[in-house]
Amino acid sequence: MCTLELKNLRKAYGNVEVIKGVDLTINDREFVVFVGPSGCGKSTLLRMIAGLEEISGGELLIDGVRVNQVPPDKRGLAMVFQSYALYPHMNVADNMAFALRLAGVPKAERDARVAVAAKTLQLDALLDRKPANLSGGQRQRVAIGRAIVRQPKAFLFDEPLSNLDAALRVQTRIEIAKLHNDLKSTMIYVTHDQIEAMTLADRIVVFNAGRIEQVGTPLELYHNPANLFVAGFIGSPKMNLIGAEVVQTDGSASMLKLEGGSGFAVPARLAPGAKVTLGLRPEHIELAPEGGLAGKVEVVEHLGNETIAYADIGAAQPLTVKLSSDAPVRLGETLHFALRGHAASLFDEQGQAIALPGT
Amino acid sequence: MKASPLQKLIVFVLGWGAALLMFFPVAWMVLTGFKSEIDAVHSPPLLIFHPILSNFTHVIHEGDYLGALGNSVGIALGATVLGLLIAMPGAYAMAFFPNRWTKDLLLWMLSTKMMPAVGVLMPIYLICQKSGLLDTLTGLVLVMMLSNLPIIVWMLYTFFKEIPGDIIEASRMDGAGPLAQLRIVLLPLAGPGIASTALLSIILTWNEAFWSLNLTSSNAAPLTAFIATFSAPEGLFWAKLSAASTLAVAPILIFGWLTQRQLVRGLTFGAVK
Repeated sequence: MCTLELKNLRKAYGNVEVIKGVDLTINDREFVVFVGPSGCGKSTLLRMIAGLEEISGGELLIDGVRVNQVPPDKRGLAMVFQSYALYPHMNVADNMAFALRLAGVPKAERDARVAVAAKTLQLDALLDRKPANLSGGQRQRVAIGRAIVRQPKAFLFDEPLSNLDAALRVQTRIEIAKLHNDLKSTMIYVTHDQIEAMTLADRIVVFNAGRIEQVGTPLELYHNPANLFVAGFIGSPKMNLIGAEVVQTDGSASMLKLEGGSGFAVPARLAPGAKVTLGLRPEHIELAPEGGLAGKVEVVEHLGNETIAYADIGAAQPLTVKLSSDAPVRLGETLHFALRGHAASLFDEQGQAIALPGT
Repeated sequence: MKASPLQKLIVFVLGWGAALLMFFPVAWMVLTGFKSEIDAVHSPPLLIFHPILSNFTHVIHEGDYLGALGNSVGIALGATVLGLLIAMPGAYAMAFFPNRWTKDLLLWMLSTKMMPAVGVLMPIYLICQKSGLLDTLTGLVLVMMLSNLPIIVWMLYTFFKEIPGDIIEASRMDGAGPLAQLRIVLLPLAGPGIASTALLSIILTWNEAFWSLNLTSSNAAPLTAFIATFSAPEGLFWAKLSAASTLAVAPILIFGWLTQRQLVRGLTFGAVK
């Protein structure tokens, strides 16, 4: 059992506030991913939860008990560091048993618990090795094993895959997902990689500049970003964000004039003259025989399974379009694009989402 | 870039030139120790002479060489062990829990080494006199330790800084208090650095002459003070002085040669990883 409650949590270094009041409840057995650009405070918040950073204001509750002043090892949490942070002078078994040794657990029980964790992580054959003689992926597994052995209330992961190469990252990501299913523990995972966030999380918390921008399931964030920041952060390739002005409102629909001059109709009643931002996911755009948005193709990327085209529609940024791999796209050609269904997003001048029917 | 043969030759000549230049006075000192007093002051200087051992036997039997040697060893080890005991917690705190004064504090500590020792001779002498520490091993150990402390703290700080903070934090998460962190994580990881620091401290203390000359007379006199007794009022005995100096530097020279790998690493301050 482990529920974490963050109540108006704050962190300041001198006069500089880096965490500006975070309210969040993390439920038992939930996998929550903190995501955001570097410097947004997500790692600092994780370290505050771990007890490695002092809390400047607000309250942190673990299972209903205030732990602001409780030292790290008494909080019952285990942390996996980006740099693995293994003890270089101890072998794998000693690394994993270290916390138990300090806690005075008898050797027989220590060995048994290490053996169980080692089996789960396929480290059995490596128990006598020193960290220096392990690959990056193996080191990360030892770091995870060190956390498992303690049987913590919750796991904290601080960008655990950042130092691994791309292939290993995918593999370890899957292992962590499996681990969560097996252990059924509460996990908090910090990353700047939105793919890791989307694939692992029960809920994603998007941070920006020390505040929460949005909390939701991966698909909620993808389909209904609360604001421009989340819209731009979640999704790859990024959502097209095009500046627009409302020119005409007619019943329940409005006509937008986009940057570059094209017109675009949205199913919402908006004040004429209002400045808005239209958000279009590259994968929701398809080729049309005529009409719609017209643009000259500037760059084509053939990825095999799909083709990404960048077209100049006269706006500040080229329109990114995700097409099937056999789409007839040639460089320099002018194409027409239409939106599939109603999967557009709309944001007001302050960057907040405007509700559209059907989204 | 690969060095051309000419560049290699220049580097070779410069390197050996510098080494010989530094080695020459030491070699000349050793040679003079084996000369008679007449040969020692012969002009032009003699390179070929009849070597004798009487200077060494004289120095060992007439002076209290073994006593001075014992004092030197005691002071060097005492000052080093005490210095490490005091500096280690300090360097640990500064390396892993820095605050906005840490850098200033380190600089201030080092700045005390920029003042000539003679500047504080009077107060230190008076303190030692009033507390009965003049010409005692305890007094010299304390003064030498304090005089080397800034360098020991600075070096340890640099070595501790090399240990990733994550490892210390991981040990905190695992339940290690400050003492356990020092004992189980820090000491094994910084072991080579601590050893280099200890070696440097031993050598610095061994070679220190100013305080030993001023704060000791006979009881606690180490080798540096012992050498000085051979520049006696009745005249300068070059051969005996050289023999005494040779005997004084020999132990630390051998010690330094045996531990040179550690020393080089220590003196480059972790600049080379």
